[in-house]
Amino acid sequence: MLTWTDLQNSLREVGYIASDDLSVALQLSLVLGRPLLLEGVAGVGKTEVARALANAQDTRLIRLQCYEGLDAAQAIYEWNYQRQLLTIRAAAEHGETGATVETRIFSNEFLLERPLLAAITQEKSPVLLIDEIDRADEEFEAYLLEILSDYQVTVPELGTISATSQPIVILTSNATRDLSDALRRRCLYSYVDFPDHDVECEILDTHHPGLDARLTRQIIGFVRKLREEELEKVPGIAETLDFAAALAGLGVSDLTENPAALQASLTTLLKTQSDRAHITTEVSQRIAGRAA
Amino acid sequence: MSRVTRFAACDRGLIDRVTGFISHLRLNGMRLGIGESSFALESLSVMDAFDIADVRRVLRPVCTGCKDDVERFDSLFDAFWLDSGRVRTRVSCSRKKENSVPSLTRGLFESDLSDTGQIRSTQTISDGDGDVESGGIGRLVGSRVNSLMRKDLRDLVTPETIAEAERVAQKIGAAFRDRRSRRRIASRRGEQLHFRRTIRKGLSTGGEILHFVKKRRPDRTCKIVVLCDVSGSMADYSRVFLAFMAGLVRNNGQADAYLFHTQLVRITEALRDKDMLRAIGRMSLLAEGFGGGTKIGESLYEFAMTYARRFVDGRSVVLIFSDGYDTGDSTKLGDALSRLRKRGCRIIWLNPLKSWDCYEPISMGMVTAGPYLDLLAAAGTLNDLMALEPEFAQL
Repeated sequence: MLTWTDLQNSLREVGYIASDDLSVALQLSLVLGRPLLLEGVAGVGKTEVARALANAQDTRLIRLQCYEGLDAAQAIYEWNYQRQLLTIRAAAEHGETGATVETRIFSNEFLLERPLLAAITQEKSPVLLIDEIDRADEEFEAYLLEILSDYQVTVPELGTISATSQPIVILTSNATRDLSDALRRRCLYSYVDFPDHDVECEILDTHHPGLDARLTRQIIGFVRKLREEELEKVPGIAETLDFAAALAGLGVSDLTENPAALQASLTTLLKTQSDRAHITTEVSQRIAGRAA
Repeated sequence: MSRVTRFAACDRGLIDRVTGFISHLRLNGMRLGIGESSFALESLSVMDAFDIADVRRVLRPVCTGCKDDVERFDSLFDAFWLDSGRVRTRVSCSRKKENSVPSLTRGLFESDLSDTGQIRSTQTISDGDGDVESGGIGRLVGSRVNSLMRKDLRDLVTPETIAEAERVAQKIGAAFRDRRSRRRIASRRGEQLHFRRTIRKGLSTGGEILHFVKKRRPDRTCKIVVLCDVSGSMADYSRVFLAFMAGLVRNNGQADAYLFHTQLVRITEALRDKDMLRAIGRMSLLAEGFGGGTKIGESLYEFAMTYARRFVDGRSVVLIFSDGYDTGDSTKLGDALSRLRKRGCRIIWLNPLKSWDCYEPISMGMVTAGPYLDLLAAAGTLNDLMALEPEFAQL
């Protein structure tokens, strides 16, 4: 049997550096078939976990982005009403009876699969990513509970559709609201934090292998110092990678050598006007000086 | 610290210890059921966890459910498995027969309780020796010192008041409706067609659609965020508001509660504790410094910069219970409220002093806050709060 270190290594091969705790949690959810709830601030790589896992397991990633007002029609299934109406019209002209039309328009042919139904009808277990579950409302959480416990969907007109394969479910949350206890109890839980200095260097190294080792350390040091400043939006890992790409593109080899270039590439890290105003050239130079 | 706990010789090995650990966590306020015990055992066996680091890694995702839990998990784990924090082993051993819960955990929890017991202060609210004189002409000064005396809120808030407050909280909670839901439900007076139902109905008339089913946006309840000032000048009123907060958080899963004096503390998790007395006990531990000076501006600013980003949105109502007497910088208060405002929430300030005759909101705090408020109302008792319900419903 594969151990969690094997899983960690296979994730590393597809470019995701997972911490020990996260690898154990992932492995547990794979072995026991339980959903895994990942919580953490935006930008720590929660969504990326699912993508990497799908890559590592060589399977499909099915993603459901949650938003306020998301309902069953957009998450599970929906009937294709336009086609149904046309079919009813056509059938009436051919003199078909009500009963046969009914069985025809409520068949698989007219069913539009949405992510949750798609996830349980795959040949090979896919990775089902339910992204930002905290944005959906509580009613949706209740739907989700039903699907996560039985892996089956009931369509009143068709009957119950059972899972052909059980998906690997990963839920992410930015903790903008408290999730219900019922949902939390159904899931394994892992809190994802910003990785430590060395891990972050490793991540940067995996994504930008050409970067000079000294610059890599400088960039990570700079971003970590920047996170300690009073900012509205703290730069995450994805932003750090963009920042590194921007610096590489501008041909910067040392953060302190070219203040203008550094200031220009800050657009990749600072995403609000007040943050931009707060980090002036002097401030960024001071931070860069300390990070070096 | 790193000494491994020696369990009693008569215990039946792994199963007992793991269930013991789960009940240890449960006693310390984590919400775990029987299912988690068997799940924990299952996880340990499939993961072949042999050394303590692995066991910790395996049990953490199984037993925790939110960030607060994760932060407490390590120390609770050490306490149970690594013998740290164990007090008076003997006492707990003698109890073994009475209770099937492993003795160690009992001992731990009780030592925790007696700890809070010691800080129970003798000062009661009816003494009236706070900064407030309840007469109409009393002079109010925000005290500048941190209160060194820690007050136990269990003296102030009894289960009966909470039961009463729960009813009020439920009513108030229902009063805040939001009419901007994006999901639609079937309704006779809707503005949009409910396709699915219309087609199904049409089938009974041979595909000819004779009846249209409509749908509309339903009303939704708002998320209520309560911030309560527990400084000295509010001492006479805090009891009511604390009970209200406890009632609100306990029966409204969306509500969120904070206390502030010179600092800000989030007490939602603590109040959700199933055991009401322990919930209040935890609240009083969190409210350290209760009854001292107030830094409204700084506390609200901290709130706006941290928690509000996660918990406050366009569907929230922020209730602030405070008299507006600030010992800190009042420009900070304006800054904080304007930031909150930007998040799209409604802000209601409940000031107990407003019910006084000829009260004018002239304290620096209230003057700065004025322009940012949706409603400034008087509330000193539960009945006052109840009476505000129609006004809330109109917001």
